[in-house]
Parts: sequence; structure tokens; C-alpha cells
Amino acid sequence: MPVALSSFDQSLLSGEQGEAAAFAMRLLVRFAEAVGAERFVDIEAAHIDGCLYLGQVSLDFAEHLVRLGGRVRVATTLNVGSVDLIHPELFHGSEEIGRGGARLMRAHEELGCVPTFTCAPYQTMFRPRFGAQIAWAESNAIVFANSVLGARTNRYGDFIDLCCALTGRAPYYGLHTGENRRARVLVEIESVPEEWAEAGLACVAVGHAIGRRCSDRVPAITALPASTGEDDLKALGAVAASAGAVALFHAVGLTPEAPTIEAAFQGRAPEEVIRLSAEDLRDTIGRLSTVPDGTPLTAVSLGTPHFSLAEFERLMPLIDGAPPAIDVYVNTHRAVLEELQRRGWDERLRAAGVTLVIDTCTYVTAVMRDMSGAVMTNSGKWAYYAPGNIGVDVAFGSLADCVASAWAGKVVRL
Amino acid sequence: MTVRLKATTLVAGSAAAETLVLLEPLSFWGGLDSESGRIIDQWHPQKNAVMSGRVLVMRAGRGSSSGSSVLAEALRRGTGPAGIVLLARDAIVTVGAMVAAELYGKSCPVVLASEADWTAITAAGSLAIDAQEEAATIEI
Repeated sequence: MPVALSSFDQSLLSGEQGEAAAFAMRLLVRFAEAVGAERFVDIEAAHIDGCLYLGQVSLDFAEHLVRLGGRVRVATTLNVGSVDLIHPELFHGSEEIGRGGARLMRAHEELGCVPTFTCAPYQTMFRPRFGAQIAWAESNAIVFANSVLGARTNRYGDFIDLCCALTGRAPYYGLHTGENRRARVLVEIESVPEEWAEAGLACVAVGHAIGRRCSDRVPAITALPASTGEDDLKALGAVAASAGAVALFHAVGLTPEAPTIEAAFQGRAPEEVIRLSAEDLRDTIGRLSTVPDGTPLTAVSLGTPHFSLAEFERLMPLIDGAPPAIDVYVNTHRAVLEELQRRGWDERLRAAGVTLVIDTCTYVTAVMRDMSGAVMTNSGKWAYYAPGNIGVDVAFGSLADCVASAWAGKVVRL
Repeated sequence: MTVRLKATTLVAGSAAAETLVLLEPLSFWGGLDSESGRIIDQWHPQKNAVMSGRVLVMRAGRGSSSGSSVLAEALRRGTGPAGIVLLARDAIVTVGAMVAAELYGKSCPVVLASEADWTAITAAGSLAIDAQEEAATIEI
């Protein structure tokens, strides 16, 4: 069925809004046909995952749009790139990726995108409002925007995210519509291991479970720990979107479209009920580590998705004193870095032996100095992808466990 | 005897080649090496099969949207498939082939076949795709 085009859509296609917008709209119409959308909708914002260098085609696409005079029509943030432009000396990958990656980031700026270079655009001033129609890429940002903020986006990605930004339009289907945001699967947490002091561990375990068992069916979770905060929901969504195609979850009593179970299910019955016991959660967390306790480490990596200011506030009291035995990396973004600098914390972190990585992330590019041994992280997403992406063994633990292990030089649990 | 089957065009073009029939869906990101056209997904039953110059027959796509870039990069390098026949619409595959056509003029037609024809298509050995904007045919 052909997609219905508004007069504005037609003016985009005809080139009245510029050649780049026409190019973008041609691709969008094809995409809309492939996903079965019937029309387009205006968007308020876009987030682009095109800055990671995946080959010459990444650069050719962005530069083609620059040559055509392309300019984004809505507030458009950028996901991580292949290099840290603030600390270029950290990069030790191939020259092609280093040079191509930096050029790719600049080309997106030339299109009018904001150089946020973060996978956590929801932590910046570009945080979408409840109910906003947006076109976001990057799986963790998508699930956060939908679930925690109640903004509306599908899982956009390669090329199409930028086409939406250049036209200000997105195909109206999937999670843009209210009815598709209805929960399908009820996930009941029966109990949480008593020894877990932080809500973060329970959230990562639940996220991993819903990723594997719900895939793209929207889950509604009940009985998350009372102390669950925004960074815990961020971690939950990030691992859920790594282990499965989760783009939206509801946490009853915590997220805006789920004040009650009935609201989350829009008055309908669950298709399936999944019950998670303390033992299930403990098992899931155990399986995120590929090495046993006591294994020597070469590094600790924190901040996937990018570390928030609130997370730095939790980290700072843990780091003073003698430097750690191994490399410690924290991935974060420019807005947080500015605040760290204002507080003098960047100096304190450096003095404590912590390397801040800005604009990129330790599991997508070559910045870690020593990858000869196991790496510990408090990120379920990092634990999921790093063994395949950069070929390291992983130990997963809480923030406190990670810090203690960094100082011990091996995997220890508090 | 030649049989001509009706199909739906997702990306226009024409191609005729031997088929590579995927036994399971493949994520191009992490699953296709764009330098060699080889399947590198450790878990895929056809790991090490090469899709270059073949008509790729797959029920559905799978995985990360970065698959669009990997397919487009393979087509740019000339290691990609000659054409793709799907049973389910797939935006990642469609976008990858569209971008290669728009940027490099490299044609990789993508068509949607019907369930009733699937057995014949997967058994054919070689296929000719003719995908016009309005309609497509698959010749066995």
C-alpha cells in the first residue's frame, strides 16, 4: 500500500526544501513502505547514531548530504563517535578509523547536529518531553526515551535517523501510536537477593531477563526495589536492548505510562506472566561474568551508557587515597565533563588514576591501553557486547565491587 | 521450463545468479564481513559461506540496524549479493540496498516473494529477478 504524503512531504520529495531533504525523503518513503507505515508524522527531535565509522559508506553518506547542502530541521543530538575529540591521544586504532571517524563526526556537525557525542542524550538539555514524537537511534537511548520519559520513537538506526532529522518527519507506525505502547507481558519480581545493597544489580538482572524472554513484546515490571532511580532504569533498559529487541518497558509505579498495572496494559490482560525469584536474578548476574572471582584484571570500565553526574557523585567518595592497581576508565559526555571541571572533580579523578573517556566508549573503539586480561564493569550492556566486540573476558559487579576490584587488581566482591 | 512468479519490489533493479538460501535469518552487523562477502556469525549454520554475486534468499532479516551500513559497504566493495529475495518486509535490508544504489549506483534489487512460492524459490538453484518500480517478477 502506498504511503499517504502530505503537501509538505511532496514538497520535500520535489526538492523545494533542498536537494538533501529530497534525497532523505526518497529513502524515508522506501523505508515507510518496508515497515508498512501509512503516513508520516512531525517530529520534535532526532538522535543520530551515524558517527561510528563502519566503513567508507558511513563517511560517503554524510558527506553526500553535506555536499547537497543538507541541514537538520529539528534539534538533533549525536551518538558516540569512534574517537574522543577532547582526548584524541587516547585513540590507538587504525589510521583509517581514526581519521575517517573524526571526519565523520565533523561532517555531522556541518549538517547542523549538536556535537553531544553521547549515548545518553537524555542526560543533556535535549531531554525530550513526555509524549513528544521523536526519531531516536541507539538502542539504550530509544528504550530510555520511550520508557522513562514517555517520548515516542521506534528503533531507528543507520541512515534513516538522519533522514528523519533532515526532513523533520518520521513514518507513523509502531511505538509512535498509543495502542502499540500497551504492555503485553507481566514481569513479577517475587524477591530480590538480600545481599544486594544497590538497586542497580536487580535492574540489570531484570533487564537481561526481559531482553531474552520478551524480545519486542512490551513488558510491564512490578516490584522493582523501592530505591530504583533513573540511573538504575537506564541500566535496565540498556541491557534489555542488548539481549533483545526491547524498545519500551513499563515499570509499574515508576515510569510515566504505568501508574498502575491496568494503565500499563490499557485495560487488557497480559499475554504471559513471567515470575522472577531471587535465585533467577542471582543466576542471571552470575552468567554475565566470563571469569571467576579472584581473576586478575587489566582494567575496570564504567559508564556504559555514559556516566551521569549522579553516578560521579556516588563514585567520588570511593576513589580517594592510593591509586588503583589497574587502569580505570569512565565513559561520559561533554556536558558532564563541564560540570566535573566546574567542581574540580576532573583533576581529582585524574590524580586518583581514573581516565575519563569523552565522545566515545571503551567497547566500540580502541582506547583501552591493555586488553590482555579480563576487564570488570558495572554495565550489563558492556558485559554483553565487549567479549564479542573487543575480545576481552568480563567480570560484572556493582559499582562498589568494581572500585574495590580496581584497587585490588583482581575480581573481589564486597 | 521457465516459471515466472509475481513479487513485490522493495528496491528496484534486475539480477540473475545462483542462489544462496539462508537456513536462518542473518544479522549483517556482526554476521557479514564486508571485505570478503563471507558469513562470519559464529552461531549461523552457514558460517563461511560467501554471498558475493549470489541471489540471497532469506525469510527475514535480523539484528542491529547497523546491518544497513554493513550491507551498503559490501555492495560498495563489490562483495555483496547480486539481489535479495525476502519473505517478510525488512527495513534494514531495504535501506542498505537503497543507499548503495543512491550513493554508488550499485544495484542490488530486493523483492518480497509470497509464501506460496517459497518452496519453489528455495529449491531453484538459480533465479532471475526483474524488479520494476510498480511490480516485480522472479524467474525460476
